[in-house]
Amino acid sequence: MRAIEPHSALVRLTHWTTVASVAALFVSGVAILLAHPRLYWGETGALGGPSLIDLPLPMLLTGQSGWGRSLHFLAAWVSVATGAVYVAASLRSGHLRRDLLPSASDLRGALAHVRPHPPRGDADLAYNPAQRLAYFGVVMLLFPVLIWTGLAMSPAVTSAVPFLVDVVGGQQSARTVHFAAACALVLFLVGHIAMVVLSGFRVRMRGMISGRRAITEGRA
Amino acid sequence: MISRRRLITTGLTAAAGVAGLGVAARLASRYGLVPPDHGGLYGAGETITYAAHRLLTLHQPLAREFDRSQISRVIPVNGDPPQTDAYQRLSRRNFEDWRLQVDGLVARPSSFSLAELRRLPMRSHITHQACEEGWSFIAEWIGVPLSEVLTHVGVSPRARFVVFYAFDDFWESIDMADAWHPQTLLAYGMNGGALPAGHGAPVRLRVTRQLGYKSIKYLTQLTVVDSLADVGDGLGSGAPSAGYSWYAGI
Repeated sequence: MRAIEPHSALVRLTHWTTVASVAALFVSGVAILLAHPRLYWGETGALGGPSLIDLPLPMLLTGQSGWGRSLHFLAAWVSVATGAVYVAASLRSGHLRRDLLPSASDLRGALAHVRPHPPRGDADLAYNPAQRLAYFGVVMLLFPVLIWTGLAMSPAVTSAVPFLVDVVGGQQSARTVHFAAACALVLFLVGHIAMVVLSGFRVRMRGMISGRRAITEGRA
Repeated sequence: MISRRRLITTGLTAAAGVAGLGVAARLASRYGLVPPDHGGLYGAGETITYAAHRLLTLHQPLAREFDRSQISRVIPVNGDPPQTDAYQRLSRRNFEDWRLQVDGLVARPSSFSLAELRRLPMRSHITHQACEEGWSFIAEWIGVPLSEVLTHVGVSPRARFVVFYAFDDFWESIDMADAWHPQTLLAYGMNGGALPAGHGAPVRLRVTRQLGYKSIKYLTQLTVVDSLADVGDGLGSGAPSAGYSWYAGI
């Protein structure tokens, strides 16, 4: 028996900070959306005009979006700061290149790895191809798209950087892409949590909280 | 095990962090980067957002402007015009007797009729306006730049905010960055005509770099101040007590 550390302290800390901020972003995002659950394409859109999608959600005009925006932006700052620390540290330590960057063969073989199993010693210390694809996609694609389209909705930010909104085709397009990316993040979380539950919930949680896991030699 | 060296390093880092935050707060306050509703947990987020936006827009960039062909065909009206006798009486006479009072930290407190505002230099722009609920439209706004009125009355160098009052008891305020911004209008016209009643007749504020609710309608008075602490509940506008942030550049 020996103890191993599957996750570094930095990964554990930024993981749980991100959990808290993304939970707050989800709740507040829903509160904001419910003020007007209609999506449009282009610069503008309003009741009385054509929409892209009418979401089957209640329209809560009673104003939950005030605290919604306040919480959303507070959580967004926490999330962005956490992400910046994670990416900067992971670039420096090589975690991003070594553990996250998917290779060409990962792209082909990823699906074969979407099969939950309990940890199996040292072999399980590296992310498998499916994990690499999912984590890399979330960190380097989904979060940047969410931040970018979030900023593209701000009239103050786009006065300074109009490119942000022009390139997505308008403020309402940015809002729609922001919603789609948020849905993709929720889908990832459903899969992520399902895999954690199915592949040994206690040992996975212990690994991400204390970072320690006891493994028995030769049982892999 | 936590080694002594690690304890000392962590302690020093924490102390430096706290001292850094203290200095940052002092600097932010001096350079006008702290919004009036900065209290509480949400206030921390509001302050970071407001400060970041103000630093990003130090050079006072213009909000995007559009072609006439992009003006929205559907422009919802949010809320009814004020039902007060005073407003209805003025409205019946096409606001000929309406006056906008301008006071506070100005050399020459004045009041302006609609005709007098129209004689000041005019500016129009076709800009995007988003409601905080999520919908948006593009319209042409015609009016006198607020900066022209402020120059006319002579603003004190102590000025930090302009407070706006309206017939319907809403009140708002903007900082001097928005007050002097060339697109900030006291708008008396929209899409080629006079400002319709539902959109704020006779005159509304139009702030292009914030959500729609900052562009307060049905103006009666504007007051230049050096602090918002003693205005109303001290939170800068009617919005924070209703749950909405004072700064809405989002």
